[in-house]
Amino acid sequence: MSGGLTFRYTIDGDDFTRAGEASSSVKNKLKMLGLSADVTRRVAIAMYEGEINMVIHADGGVITVAVSDSEITMVLADTGPGIPDVEKAMREGYSTAREEVRSLGFGAGMGLPNMKRYTDEMQIDTVVGKGTTITMKVRL
Amino acid sequence: MTIREMQKVLDAKFLYGEELEDLDVEFVFSADMMSDVLAYGSKCSVLITGLCNPQVVRTAEMLDIVCIIFVRGKMPDENMLALAMGKGIAVLATDHYMFTTCGMLYEHGLRGGA
Ligand SMILES: Nc1ncnc2c1ncn2[C@@H]1O[C@H](COP(=O)(O)OP(=O)(O)O)[C@@H](O)[C@H]1O
Ligand SMILES: [Mg+2]
Repeated sequence: MSGGLTFRYTIDGDDFTRAGEASSSVKNKLKMLGLSADVTRRVAIAMYEGEINMVIHADGGVITVAVSDSEITMVLADTGPGIPDVEKAMREGYSTAREEVRSLGFGAGMGLPNMKRYTDEMQIDTVVGKGTTITMKVRL
Repeated sequence: MTIREMQKVLDAKFLYGEELEDLDVEFVFSADMMSDVLAYGSKCSVLITGLCNPQVVRTAEMLDIVCIIFVRGKMPDENMLALAMGKGIAVLATDHYMFTTCGMLYEHGLRGGA
């Protein structure tokens, strides 16, 4: 694996039904690369929450996943509304999701905390009105 | 408890995955909010839910869950069943409510993950 591998996905902001396809694809690829079930699961969960957020809060975006010998780096970039108060958004239970999103099983305000919980590093770069880029790392 | 035993106890329909009937399961998570499943269900291999949309199957997939049980008579559509098939996740459906479903399985020795 030296030299590393990179996967890139464009996430459609209109189609909630298809949200998660990119995370599913990454999970399969990591499994095929022989990474442990634990690492594969953690990456899949964190990326899936981020992918869902892109669809419900930011009208889609681009996800890049890089696999090196030592870590997996996920970069989720969108040009959505941005997050005005990151500290607040990180709190369990805080959500601005519409009722419709809640009826679909999301919008419990657990996404960002879950992403932090399952990864070793997480950084949020966001500008209101411009977009959000979330970088997460899982060490191997 | 095997998936087949759960199906019998719950008087559930086996919608997909009869070839998985002998799989032995121990830990179960039940919720309608998928983010709660993602937060707390990572040790569990069975998901009980009354929510019925494709993200239920996706959530199960991310957590390596082997069996989804839909309660309150909820019926997944073909698209959801196709997703479950592709991932090798067994799907049961029972008319029992969530509490009753959990209680019956608890009585038979299944436990929550925490
Ligand atoms: N990519 C994003 N773009 C804009 N806002 C976001 C994004 N991701 C998260 N947020 C904001 O942070 C809040 C908390 O996110 P999260 O913990 O995933 O909870 P939920 O998605 O259930 O609302 C969201 O309700 C939303 O206001
Ligand atoms: Mg979220």
